[in-house]
Amino acid sequence: MEIVIDNPGAWTTVQDSGRFGCQQYGIRTSGVMDQDAYQAVNSILGNDPGASVLEMTLTGLRCHFEGNGIIALTGADMDALLDGEPVERYQAVPVRNGQELRLSLAEDGCRAYLGVAGGIDVPLVLGSRSTDVKSRLGGFQGRTLQAGDRLATGRQLLRENSSPETGREHEESRAPRHRHIPHYGHAASVHVVEGPQADWFGEEARSRFFASTYSVAPASDRMGIRLTGTPVESLHGVDIVSDGIAEGSVQIPKNGMPIIMMADHQTTGGYAKIGTVCSFDLPKLAQVKPGDQVSFRRVSVEEAQRMLLDPAERERSAPLGFHLRVSGTLTAGRRHRSRGWQVDVRLRRGWRRK
Amino acid sequence: MTIYPAGDRALSADFGNQIDEKTNDQVMTLAAALADGKLPGIRELIPSYRALLVEYDPAVYTYEVLADRIRKINTEINAADSGAGADNQRHPRRIHLIPCCYGGEYGEDLTGLAELTGLSEQEIIRIHSGRDYKIYMLGFLPGFPYLGGMDSRIAAPRLDSPRVSIPAGSVGIGGSQTGIYPVASPGGWRLIGRTPVPLYDPDRNPPVLCRAGEYIRFVPIQPEEYGTIRSDVSNGVWQPQTVTENDA
Repeated sequence: MEIVIDNPGAWTTVQDSGRFGCQQYGIRTSGVMDQDAYQAVNSILGNDPGASVLEMTLTGLRCHFEGNGIIALTGADMDALLDGEPVERYQAVPVRNGQELRLSLAEDGCRAYLGVAGGIDVPLVLGSRSTDVKSRLGGFQGRTLQAGDRLATGRQLLRENSSPETGREHEESRAPRHRHIPHYGHAASVHVVEGPQADWFGEEARSRFFASTYSVAPASDRMGIRLTGTPVESLHGVDIVSDGIAEGSVQIPKNGMPIIMMADHQTTGGYAKIGTVCSFDLPKLAQVKPGDQVSFRRVSVEEAQRMLLDPAERERSAPLGFHLRVSGTLTAGRRHRSRGWQVDVRLRRGWRRK
Repeated sequence: MTIYPAGDRALSADFGNQIDEKTNDQVMTLAAALADGKLPGIRELIPSYRALLVEYDPAVYTYEVLADRIRKINTEINAADSGAGADNQRHPRRIHLIPCCYGGEYGEDLTGLAELTGLSEQEIIRIHSGRDYKIYMLGFLPGFPYLGGMDSRIAAPRLDSPRVSIPAGSVGIGGSQTGIYPVASPGGWRLIGRTPVPLYDPDRNPPVLCRAGEYIRFVPIQPEEYGTIRSDVSNGVWQPQTVTENDA
């Protein structure tokens, strides 16, 4: 099957889990912003976990299919329509020759993923199919998609003994009712381990940073989530002698407004980094839009690693208010709301275990 | 050396906040010791001027366990160094010979730099190509080498307004630093020459010509030779030129 792009949307690229091992050469990793939604889409399709997908930002694409295949959509809700009929997210959907898929503005979240059984067929460059637009590397001709682009699909390996959860033929393996379909809302609270340059900031400035709520600035992109709010004051400037940057690093430039380094971040940089957002919380940041709220929770590296390895530990640490807000939009009334929260936890754990 | 966490999957082995050869040597020696594969679960090593960023799998090591291992390895390196007598120790240097066509259309700012510094163009070329530059790190762009040790006589501030696009291979001076643009890029450095040699090629493995910890020596060439090397490169017959010398 081929995907023919009729309208690419605001910023659509081919991505996989990322290009690793080349950061020492100054080559950024790229890769999907939301690893959770990415894992989900490949798992639903029975794809290899590293299969490449399309990542859409804020506005989705319009495309049609040449040949038959199976697709799935995860991440942000962009009101997908297949030949005018609503498409269920987080579920494998068979598509036929000539059908048109149309996504709109992101209703909830910021980035949506379109996966296809067998992956998007672009050449491997330095071990990855991810697009690095800045370096014009990988993906589809090293750039964002344009109208008229034709993407071949289906040549990447499917996992052994697995088949897409189309529901019809594989009633038993069909698991959407166990699968947690995230609701992103407009606020993200993320865990941060202090360092590597936390000592460039006084304890008071650090406490204020962790007590503040920041707004996502419109200039945010795949390189960094730029925030506005209470400026973070340093003790003696923020210009460090450049060093390596880990994904999730919270850089503090001269104006004191934090920038969280995301998938397309440069490999080295010269601003002090007050802390680093935990890897398991980066998917939340992938889904914030300009104007959304971001707050930070201080956590020790030991706690962070416990949470990374044991998702149940993460649920215990999740701020109650966040969950209430999440399910509060779905239900009304105090009792329902708290019931909603418990159900949510159960579903999440069930999904993680799968 | 101090170790700091950089989130739940990385740590930074930090050797201070200064740019000097000794600090960078310590970073590179530790990077080499960790790269030899004795420690499983290490995903990436990103050396820079003065720190080594280690990305690792926390399912293999917790932060404290890996930090202890790295401290131990660093202590062993220091012990071996002082045992050998740091002063008369000889480190072999791998030096890349980078042909560079200076001035004219290849280095549009050479004339301006001559006016700024009060030196002749020939003197600038002689000074710039007269010493070896250590590659402290690669970053900013694929294969972009941060070079140390330029002669302060040819230092000059960046251009007031950066160029929108600088051709790949351009050799420039920005402040007290010199460097080579491996890919076409916007930039504010003063361009004094251009090399026909590809520093970065995504179809090659590794994709970069030079690595952090190695040295670069610029070799002045004439436009004819630039053209010859350029066509050798596009015909796939060009071979990198390197020499290995011991420290004095």
